[in-house]
Amino acid sequence: MTPVFTSSVPHRAGHRRPTSESPVVRRLLIGVALAFMALFLVVPLVSVFAQAFAKGFGFYFQTLHDPLTLSAVKLTLIAAGISVPLNCIFGVTAAWAIAKFDFRGKNILLTLIDLPFSISPVISGMIFVLVFGAQGWFGSWFSDHNVKIIFAVPGIVLATIFVTFPFAARELIPLMQSQGRTEEEAARVLGASGWQTFWRVTIPNIKWGLIYGVILCNARAMGEFGAVSVVSGHINGQTNTIPLHVQFLYDGYDTVGAFAVASLLAFLALITLVLKTWVEHKNVALNAVNE
Amino acid sequence: MATRRLGAKKLRVLPGFRLTLGYTLIYLGLIVLIPLAAVFIKTSTLTWAQFSHTVTSPQALAAYRLSFGASFFAALVNAVFGLVVAWVLVRYNFFGKKIVDALVDLPFALPTAVAGITLATLYAENGWIGHLLVPFGIKVSYTRLGVFVALTFIGLPFIVRTVQPVLEDFDPEIEEAAASLGANRWQTFRRIIFPTLTPALLTGFALAFARALGEYGSVVFISSNIPMKTQIVPLLIMNELDGFQYAKAAALAVVMLVVSFALLLAINLLQWWSNRYNTQSLA
Repeated sequence: MTPVFTSSVPHRAGHRRPTSESPVVRRLLIGVALAFMALFLVVPLVSVFAQAFAKGFGFYFQTLHDPLTLSAVKLTLIAAGISVPLNCIFGVTAAWAIAKFDFRGKNILLTLIDLPFSISPVISGMIFVLVFGAQGWFGSWFSDHNVKIIFAVPGIVLATIFVTFPFAARELIPLMQSQGRTEEEAARVLGASGWQTFWRVTIPNIKWGLIYGVILCNARAMGEFGAVSVVSGHINGQTNTIPLHVQFLYDGYDTVGAFAVASLLAFLALITLVLKTWVEHKNVALNAVNE
Repeated sequence: MATRRLGAKKLRVLPGFRLTLGYTLIYLGLIVLIPLAAVFIKTSTLTWAQFSHTVTSPQALAAYRLSFGASFFAALVNAVFGLVVAWVLVRYNFFGKKIVDALVDLPFALPTAVAGITLATLYAENGWIGHLLVPFGIKVSYTRLGVFVALTFIGLPFIVRTVQPVLEDFDPEIEEAAASLGANRWQTFRRIIFPTLTPALLTGFALAFARALGEYGSVVFISSNIPMKTQIVPLLIMNELDGFQYAKAAALAVVMLVVSFALLLAINLLQWWSNRYNTQSLA
């Protein structure tokens, strides 16, 4: 969450300071940056929506109303609905332990929390196949008890929890560390109970960080492809999330249908970016008031 | 800190240390550590000869070459253009700057499968960009070049977002000093600004490289996934899993995990170096 502010060096057109570039260089750099951004970000984004509506609005809404699409949407909502709250609770708990207390091995713990970020999605899915799959550690126990985890909904939820594991924690830990513990200590000394301190002092202080974490966690949870792909088994109408349904349509040469469903995810990405920018903006304003 | 040590026993004003740390460790263990250990334990069911045969098979070696090569060049291209984008966003004002700034994070927010089918369609021979390249005999989709394009897309935000804060914090007085001592703009950039940015640039490069190595979703669509030619390591692992060759898949995963951990260590050291650099320049 880096505060965004404009340069402290003012630039006036036509008047060049010794610490600024000539207008030609400046325009050239802006041109290069915008061209790169346009080629890699704007063109793909526009093309998603262009392809999605290539067969008109009727086809678009028909694809979205398809029972298979609806079941994929439902499964994605379930996976995100379970993994986001769980990882947020974890994020708050971990941040409380790490920011409010001193103990040995804190750096190792921080590294371990970040671990899922540096692991390939395919490996993230595969570890659950190794643990819960038919040949896995607990596979036979679960199949004896008629519980299906791999190639079923629980596996998808587990894989989603794994890939979104660090999102809330890594927003909240630095935030709570920078806020220190004095406010909570003051509340305790003034007679507040532990829970009162947490709900009335800590939560209002970390509110924006938590919202930010939820936004990022949710975006990844709904969009995860690789890890979910390994554990899903691709049973149409049962274990396909939205991204997996996109793949199903695309591989079945229904390109327009695939893009129609993909446009839902692209739209989600845009909302994520807007919310993220808004929270960052809010946070900069908040910091300015505090200072 | 004064509240910490009173005699031998620690006195804590705030409650919940055992509860929160305990929960953190249990959740971390159940979700991350135990499942991850399964990869190493599954691999240990192979003999050393089987292991080395799996991880050095010609198909695996070709996959490493493509994964490392394409990730390296994608991170390199991002380092160059990411620096330009970060520079322009911090130093200049232009119309639509805030939108451009927000858009930088698009590859983080856009699900990889969407990026994959979009890039594959755009760069196909009849696609918006692909058909422009046909006269030059350049094919992107379903080739190694396509893998590189997908990895460049997903790595784009890393360099910008690591370089941007360092540039924002850069003290303009240092540049003024350089200018008043007779340095021209290029000399100031090369000798003063660029060295300060180097740790952040390397960190961003390493992050983009690490992310690209493990990437699956965006590549699977734009690559034709032909073994020895356009197959990256995660796809090779996926193939082994589809064939129920779990031990082989685990062995390849161990190689990737070791590389990831080494990169993670390098990134942590780089960040530590970059923080030290910052505090020194502030002092």
